[in-house]
Amino acid sequence: MQKHLPLTPSPPRRRWSYDRFQQRFAPYIFTSPFFILFLIFGLFPLAFSLFLAFHLWNPLDGLGNWQYVGWENFALALGAEDQFWVALKNTVWIGLLAGIPQHLVALPLAFIINQSLRRWQGGISTILFLPYITNAVAITIVFGMLYSENLGLLNYALSVVGLGPVRWLAQPDLVPVSVAVVVFWRYVGWNVILYLSGLQAISEDVYEAATVDGATKVQKFFFITLPLLRPMMFYAFTLTIVGNMQLFEEPFIMVGQAGGSGGTALTSAMHIYNVAFRDLDMGYGSAMAWLLFLAIFVLSMINNFLFSRDGGRS
Amino acid sequence: MTTVATPKPPRRQSRLPFGRVGLWLFVGIACFLSVIPFYLMFVWATLPGAQIFTVPPHLWFGDSLVSNFQKMMAATDNYALRQFWNSLYIATLSTVTTLFFCSLAGFAFAMYDFRGKQYLFGFILITMLIPPLVMDIPSFLVMNNVLHWIGTPRTLWVPGMANAFGIFLMRQYIVSALPKSLIEAARLDGATEFGIFLKVVVPLIRPILATLGIVTFVGSWNNFKGALIMRLSEDSTMTLPLSLRTITGGASNVDADWGATLMMVVLTVIPLLIIFLFASRQVISGLTSGAVKD
Repeated sequence: MQKHLPLTPSPPRRRWSYDRFQQRFAPYIFTSPFFILFLIFGLFPLAFSLFLAFHLWNPLDGLGNWQYVGWENFALALGAEDQFWVALKNTVWIGLLAGIPQHLVALPLAFIINQSLRRWQGGISTILFLPYITNAVAITIVFGMLYSENLGLLNYALSVVGLGPVRWLAQPDLVPVSVAVVVFWRYVGWNVILYLSGLQAISEDVYEAATVDGATKVQKFFFITLPLLRPMMFYAFTLTIVGNMQLFEEPFIMVGQAGGSGGTALTSAMHIYNVAFRDLDMGYGSAMAWLLFLAIFVLSMINNFLFSRDGGRS
Repeated sequence: MTTVATPKPPRRQSRLPFGRVGLWLFVGIACFLSVIPFYLMFVWATLPGAQIFTVPPHLWFGDSLVSNFQKMMAATDNYALRQFWNSLYIATLSTVTTLFFCSLAGFAFAMYDFRGKQYLFGFILITMLIPPLVMDIPSFLVMNNVLHWIGTPRTLWVPGMANAFGIFLMRQYIVSALPKSLIEAARLDGATEFGIFLKVVVPLIRPILATLGIVTFVGSWNNFKGALIMRLSEDSTMTLPLSLRTITGGASNVDADWGATLMMVVLTVIPLLIIFLFASRQVISGLTSGAVKD
């Protein structure tokens, strides 16, 4: 169409060069796999699950055959069906039973290793880290055998000191404890490692200055170590909360899909799994998954609030 | 909270050996409790099924390793080794692709200035906040109703190929370990951008590649819930952890063949132990360096 060149001299057209092209677009191309994958396996599914939370749908009926139910799924979880609350309560309870001792043991362990056993640190942390890296199914089976009522090692040890057999996996109020022990066992070492690296980031100079000022060891621990360790504690607590709220494999393997006798080890993740993948009620499952997400978010925020408030004070 | 378990700081050790002994005892017990379940699983794997649960318990190795192996093969209709291979196949593919795509993206975020970089990186970090649990149902639906991948290994390794954690870890390491002048120099020598990545960057980031590689391999090898949800449930498509649950029918089933079960427990754990014993320092330091630098 434009046969005649314009009279005003145009800036010389930059010749297309492969070199320039690839330099300019390389970073976009290099980072694109994440965004493509996230679109297909992240963003679209997330939107889909939000959509489903307001619908009644069985995946076997195929796409499109869903029925709009409004907030009914959420109302069902929060009101009519008490399983949701029972599972949430179980989850928080097991999470506390496993989580609090984890940090109460990991922090002193890391402190001792860092303070007095530095020479052995590598070996000790390798040993303590071992449980973290193993397979949950395999290790839960081993623990299940230890808990066995008549012939398990744990009850054998009790019988040696004259105590009667304990029904670790059958007595409703003990089942959460038995599950929590496995969770505790698996993650204590991970927290030790976190705290160790936090402790080692604290400069020796601070301690030396305190020594010059005449601080005792106890004072140093409470007024230097703990405050400076706070960011790492926040990080470790957050990981524990987020992880424990999604607990699935340990109770699922140890006491079965229904959560054991009395259903006391039925966690929220297991309940959602049962509703969505056993009963194929995808809408209700999605609604509960979003509610659990909200619960995790709220707990993280509380944790965040506690740490930032304390952090401001000291 | 911490007041409860605050350790008494060691007083002068020369005068009070008791304090030192107490510390060793505490740490020693912790180490013992960490290791004892592994010891027991190896011992039990060598005992005949009938001897695993006895009073008093057997705590030393027996001679039934081979027969337990045979029982395990029988209990899985000879699919146990195939299932071991399935796990290995998925974990290896997952590791190789994750290392490639995450280091590539990490390199781009660390070494280039491009428009929208902060936003893109910020977006990636935000996606880390989504709890995996929320993704279970929608990813099943995508695999089942859109892609029709249910029951195939792809369901387990494709979605995570380029993941936020890996990209973040790589970016942090490359920013702190490699100077930008390095790629300028390579560019002057006429290398393409991808060539720079492959020939200059990759060889220099081996330590963090090892860390991410091991973490990815272990995570994939241990992925029980994913395999359960994506229905890798045929004898021939199962991964090892799923098969382990199938042959016991849960940990509280007393009628299970415990010799066979323990053999499979060992089979499931051994690759992890081997990897970890060779590279534990690397994994531990690499993981925590990512945690503190943020």
